[in-house]
Amino acid sequence: MPITLTVNGRTHQVDLPGDVPLLWVLRDELGLTGTKYGCGVAACGACTVHINGAAVRSCQLPLEDVDGPVTTIEAEGTPDAMSALQTAWVEHQVAQCGYCQSGQIMQAAALLRQTPAPTDAQIDEAMSGNLCRCGTYPRIRSAIHAAANAMKEG
Amino acid sequence: MGRLATYTRRTFLVSSVAITGGVAFGAWQVARTPENPLQSDGDSVAMNPWLIIDPTGITVIAPRAEMGQGVRTTLAALVAEELDADLAAVRIEHGLPAQAYYNGALLADRAYALSDTAQSGWSSTLSQAVPKVLSMQVTGGSTTTVDAFEKMRIAGAAARETLLKAAAARLGTGLDRLKTDMGSVVAPDGTRIPYTDLAQDAALIKPPSNPRLKARADWRYLGKSQPREDQPGKATGTAQYGIDVRLPDMLFATVRMSPRLGAGMKSFDAQAAQSMAGVQKIVDLGDGVGVIATNTWLAIQAANAISVEWNDAPYPADTDAIFEKIAQAFDDSPNTVQRDDGDAAQALQNAAQLFEAEYSAPYLAHSTMEPMNATALFTHDALEIWAGNQAPVMAQADAAAALGLKKKQVTVHTTLMGGGFGRRSNVDFVALAARMAQAMPGRAVQTTWSREEDMRHDHYRPGAIARFRAALDGDKITALEGRMAAPSIMSQMMGQMTGMSIAPPDATLTEGSHDQPYDIAHMRVAGHAADLSIPVGFWRSVGNSQNAFFHESFIDELAHSAGADPLSFRLNMIRAQHEPSATVLETVRDMSGWTGRTPAGVGRGVAFTYSFGTPCAQVVEVREQDGGIRISDMWIAADLGIALDPANARAQLTSGAVYGLSAALYGEITFADGMVEQENFYDYDALRMENTPRFHVKILENKSQISGVGEPGTPPAAPALANALFDLTGQRARKLPLSDTFNLAG
Repeated sequence: MPITLTVNGRTHQVDLPGDVPLLWVLRDELGLTGTKYGCGVAACGACTVHINGAAVRSCQLPLEDVDGPVTTIEAEGTPDAMSALQTAWVEHQVAQCGYCQSGQIMQAAALLRQTPAPTDAQIDEAMSGNLCRCGTYPRIRSAIHAAANAMKEG
Repeated sequence: MGRLATYTRRTFLVSSVAITGGVAFGAWQVARTPENPLQSDGDSVAMNPWLIIDPTGITVIAPRAEMGQGVRTTLAALVAEELDADLAAVRIEHGLPAQAYYNGALLADRAYALSDTAQSGWSSTLSQAVPKVLSMQVTGGSTTTVDAFEKMRIAGAAARETLLKAAAARLGTGLDRLKTDMGSVVAPDGTRIPYTDLAQDAALIKPPSNPRLKARADWRYLGKSQPREDQPGKATGTAQYGIDVRLPDMLFATVRMSPRLGAGMKSFDAQAAQSMAGVQKIVDLGDGVGVIATNTWLAIQAANAISVEWNDAPYPADTDAIFEKIAQAFDDSPNTVQRDDGDAAQALQNAAQLFEAEYSAPYLAHSTMEPMNATALFTHDALEIWAGNQAPVMAQADAAAALGLKKKQVTVHTTLMGGGFGRRSNVDFVALAARMAQAMPGRAVQTTWSREEDMRHDHYRPGAIARFRAALDGDKITALEGRMAAPSIMSQMMGQMTGMSIAPPDATLTEGSHDQPYDIAHMRVAGHAADLSIPVGFWRSVGNSQNAFFHESFIDELAHSAGADPLSFRLNMIRAQHEPSATVLETVRDMSGWTGRTPAGVGRGVAFTYSFGTPCAQVVEVREQDGGIRISDMWIAADLGIALDPANARAQLTSGAVYGLSAALYGEITFADGMVEQENFYDYDALRMENTPRFHVKILENKSQISGVGEPGTPPAAPALANALFDLTGQRARKLPLSDTFNLAG
């Protein structure tokens, strides 16, 4: 019995066992590879997506428990039409290896939706579940501030 | 004498690598220009191994892989600078495995010299010969820019000259009346002929071997921070890593190899797994099992459902016994003595007071964000591989050997890497993926390791022990003896390359100690190789990663014993040896406002390491906060000779420091029952945003030689932190990780 799943505004019928985590449905079934596998146990944040606007670790969410439309990094913006956050990321040259950055951006986007002008402490609190082995944290923090300013002015 | 002896040993090491690599090479092999692996095809002209011009534009071939260094952009900038092309319009591709892409800097002597002059001609030729003849196409050792700095500028300049000549012939104009600008030749009347229109003609003209290169003052791109071409892709999730490769009809797989490393398996029972959802095939790999399924998670679930009886570990079963074995290596004669100046033994015997200390450092995992994976398509007489890797020639050879194919039957595409840190220079994961694909001919199979499999099957940074003795005269070290014991990375690597048991002199056992620019009259540093088969490998900064902690902690202890300021104590001994290193220390002193005194509740530590040709000094500040200790600030100064992209260099230094601090705080791989105990980020964690200090970075360019920056930020981080914690608490940690000793909750 296929499960109905809405991702980035498109509806899919997914014929997979209900316990398959959303991450693997996105990556291996729907070909949305922007969302990354890092740990499989919600310890690194690389798989962060939005459900009903909130940041969720897709590696720990079984397909059958997805209770709303899913938004992934692919819908945050594209190289030709980047969101304010993505523009700030590029301008600050945040990424090194870049593997964690989809998750970082999705986490930051959820933060800015709730807290449009976060302090350093609020950024630290919201972002510390997202691991970056390259240590890009100082630039992530700067980019979030820059995006917050741009969104306020824009 | 000391220096000559060191030189002879290095030469021997280089020669022994060549001989044991099965190579007897004559002058012609060394002198011969490797053939261009690129072939011109219709409108697409391969100007040289690094440059293709076709009607749609200019493509630079990057011989090194992108794992976060921003090196694709910098390599393209080297060519674009001299070609006089628009960097923003240049396309960049990774080179296929080829001799032309050998890394000539891999074995270069980058020791500091009392006088800062270039390497002598023939020694530099010798160090180039081995990587060239062995086709060592490797991204590592902080060598990418060092190797490419001349080569890729020459590639651009030589192509530009042929393009100019082609334009001169077409226009019937003298060469001296033409110039170039942003990808075009410009005629006296202002007419622009794009390179894309001239490439066919230019390809028929013999390029000069020694074209004139621009003076630094004329650089448009180099020496200035450039927009990294990989940023938009990485900010939008469209950048493609190995794990993102998607091919028609692709299947997804995983493997379970023996958690007792190298032990193989007695038997397995896959009955339960066979009927699980999505499972296509269970693969008996002999030394492990694999599952091919319709998605990665289903493959991992099935693999975990297989019950396997593994063989016993071919090494002691737990951490204590492993470290006993490492300590036993002190009883054997040293594998290498890389520094033996004066008579340390005699000087120590005569010393009025002897200072002694023993330190240890644990095994460490690389834990790249992207777990090991590779995708392979086997079609009986050919194998095509897509993998993020640091050694494509080795990947090709190992995959070919695993399947009984010839190397030329194997194609390797190198993708972006979600972190390398040295892990992906061991290409075991590529050969395994090839074996999995062999079980499903005609279908592409992507084999991804679970995080747990990745954590427990690394080529680890070796566990190590150091024993020091020293004598002081006032605030100067008069004699120092260092002995380090650890399993030898070189020995394991040679064993893998040759199938023989060989223990070449391994400088990584003591690098970070024997090669530091301290003026100590009587100094001897010996490396002892422990006989342990736990896989070890190149972990960001290699031997420097543990030896800098040992060496710079001991120097700090001696400074305090002498009642001296730890920074001036170092400076006094370094100044006489290497002026650029002294300047680096002075710079970090001035940046941090170092006074040698700190208020209550604040501690500061300093450390210095000369590694990969780059002197780097760091000051760490720690503060008592909320009942714990917080790392508040870190100041970094480093001398790169030439910083090709300053923003990237700062990012690399910071990144190296975060990697070093993470390991210093939390990093520890332990063993029980022959198996690694850590599984995932919850028991092998790293710095997070909330406990990462503020960074203050300054890059100097006082040295005459360019040097790398990917690793030199790592070694001083652990000792700078340990020294700061001593300053704060009065407690000296001689063992890593530091969170075992201190409450670093902040």
